Amino acid sequence: MSKSMDNLHKIKNSLKRRSRAEARFRWYGRVAILIGLAAVLLLFADIIGKGHGAFKATYIKLEVHYDRDLLGVTSLADTAQLMEANWDAVPKAALRERFADVSGRRNKRQLYKLLSNGAGFDLKDHLLANPLLLDQTETLWILADDDIDTYYKSWLDGEPYAARLSNKQVQWIDQLHQQGQIRLQLNTNLLTRGDSREPEQAGIRGAVMGSLLTLLLTLMLSFPIGVAAAIYLEEFATKNRFTDFIEVNINNLAAVPSIIFGLLGLAVFINFFHVPRSVPIVGGLVLTLMTLPTVIITSRAAIKSVPPSIREAALGMGASKYQMVLHHVLPLALPGMLTGAIIGMAQALGETAPLLMIGMVAFIVDIPQGFTDPATVLPVQIFLWADSPERAFIEKTSAAIMVLLSFLLIMNISAVWLRKRLERRW
Amino acid sequence: MTVATVGKTAIDPKVSSKQNLEVDQVQATVGSPLCENPKMSMRDVNVFYGDKQAIHNVSIDIAKHEVIAMIGPSGCGKSTFLRALNRMNDTVDGCRVEGEVQLDGENIYQQHLDVVELRARVGMVFQKPNPFPKSIFENIAYGPKIHGLADSRVDLDEIVESSLRRAGLWDEVKERLHQPGTGLSGGQQQRLCIARAIAVSPEVILMDEPCSALDPIATARIEELIEELSQNFTIAIVTHSMQQAARVSNRTAYFHLGKLIEVNPTEQVFTMPEHQLTEAYITGRFG
Repeated sequence: MSKSMDNLHKIKNSLKRRSRAEARFRWYGRVAILIGLAAVLLLFADIIGKGHGAFKATYIKLEVHYDRDLLGVTSLADTAQLMEANWDAVPKAALRERFADVSGRRNKRQLYKLLSNGAGFDLKDHLLANPLLLDQTETLWILADDDIDTYYKSWLDGEPYAARLSNKQVQWIDQLHQQGQIRLQLNTNLLTRGDSREPEQAGIRGAVMGSLLTLLLTLMLSFPIGVAAAIYLEEFATKNRFTDFIEVNINNLAAVPSIIFGLLGLAVFINFFHVPRSVPIVGGLVLTLMTLPTVIITSRAAIKSVPPSIREAALGMGASKYQMVLHHVLPLALPGMLTGAIIGMAQALGETAPLLMIGMVAFIVDIPQGFTDPATVLPVQIFLWADSPERAFIEKTSAAIMVLLSFLLIMNISAVWLRKRLERRW
Repeated sequence: MTVATVGKTAIDPKVSSKQNLEVDQVQATVGSPLCENPKMSMRDVNVFYGDKQAIHNVSIDIAKHEVIAMIGPSGCGKSTFLRALNRMNDTVDGCRVEGEVQLDGENIYQQHLDVVELRARVGMVFQKPNPFPKSIFENIAYGPKIHGLADSRVDLDEIVESSLRRAGLWDEVKERLHQPGTGLSGGQQQRLCIARAIAVSPEVILMDEPCSALDPIATARIEELIEELSQNFTIAIVTHSMQQAARVSNRTAYFHLGKLIEVNPTEQVFTMPEHQLTEAYITGRFG
């Protein structure tokens, strides 16, 4: 009796110690999660803080006169004339008219720098879309130069950055601001244009299209190949040294640095098979090599998770192995396979290093229309912009990161949704 | 309590040799393992898992439309032997079967035999109910579909209904044929699996402890069903419940450590077993 009392006492004493240990353990977990969350929040706050500005651009309001003589154009239908026409003259004239007191070559050159040097071409597009405007006058908001944009945004934020501007330019902006002739407007260029040397004209449409084309090819190749390989290895291959060897190699490949896949792609696809450089085909092929191990491994895990009793039931009914796989294993494993494929695609979307090796790092202005057009991809675009000296590219870089992150977010959410949607319980 | 103690000592090699319970001394199966005009006949069947031999020289006949029960302690190889009868062991890596297994006089282990045809003739019901995660209708229709047994949709409907009726499940599920089979209770699921097996009209049905995951009421229903089915099918059932074997079977085969010890009419096995090992098992001295 006293022995059992003694034991009870011991247990009671140890209870406190045990519950303290458990509480400590819970706190470790909470702290770990907090650290993770803080890191993510910091990253997001930094990127959004820097990048949100890029979704707005500075525009200047001017009276534009499409003067036939100034342009040197007699008819808008004559493409030869359009090629030769002096489009820059129109915005320059508009600026001179607005600031009539400016004189001297140096001052005028500074004045012209208020506007983006692509302004003339924007007006050309506008005029060609509205041919009746020839010889007419119109009030337009015209895109400002990136230095003006940077200064105006920083000035609005209360910390003016005028290092790249002269005093005169600062005065002109002040003047425009007082008369409400300068403002921030939605930056449509960012999402509708390709890359440019001029930050205010640069957009990510080219990179987004490049990423889309590359990923489409990657998905079309790696999903069927990966699933076929996984099914064969799981259901049909006899387990022997050779299949063990293959399994080890697939697992190894999943951990190989991605730049090595780039080198492989360079050596095999470009140098041996002469696939053109810098195009989504070669990018897609290289990313296929890279994502295949992931797709195979996740697909095999999905196949393994199908209960063996279902296989036995099918075989016991006299289904052939092929019917068993096609009718029972595959439908049950598909959600897991799709999730794996999406995770692989997300990985491929964020991949930069192997694409550097196969020339997808080139400066490409045109938006790719097909698999054989030179292209770059979002992460490489981020890399290129982060490397550019112009201050205005800082916010562009962050904006591109925001776009990339939102694509990743969409993909991961759809992976979770697909899994929830297709998952069957048994 | 005392029985358990005796059972333990019986397994002790020294004591058991005294009592002649040493399984190594078993030379041949006692009783009447063979019969005339068998549906299936097995001769000198050996089954190996890698290097380990699980079944030693088993010879037994299964008569047409009889229910034969296979009993024995855990790990005695009764399930392994059952799975050798429709080549389900083929799916197990490293499993090898020697000897002859005949279905209507034809060796099922001959080289060019298609297991698909074999399994359509020798159906199987497993220990754990394993309906497909599809509708009740699809579960039953699957076999006839893959074997092309139904010529039309009406045909298929008929097969599904008659299979469910024969499995005694029709009245319970006729209102919800298109709901998932996995939503049924355990006993209903097992009857669904039996209905699925008989939908392809097999000649032999193998049952591997079909009631071990079920409660007594569901078990009783399945046992009733087995009795009904025995009018049309040949049934081999593995069970670890001696009462079940006694209730449903015509003959009982007793396995011990991979050897077939005794085969006799069920009544005789449970009242006057010929072999001491059988007696020891049915009196609960080990198992």
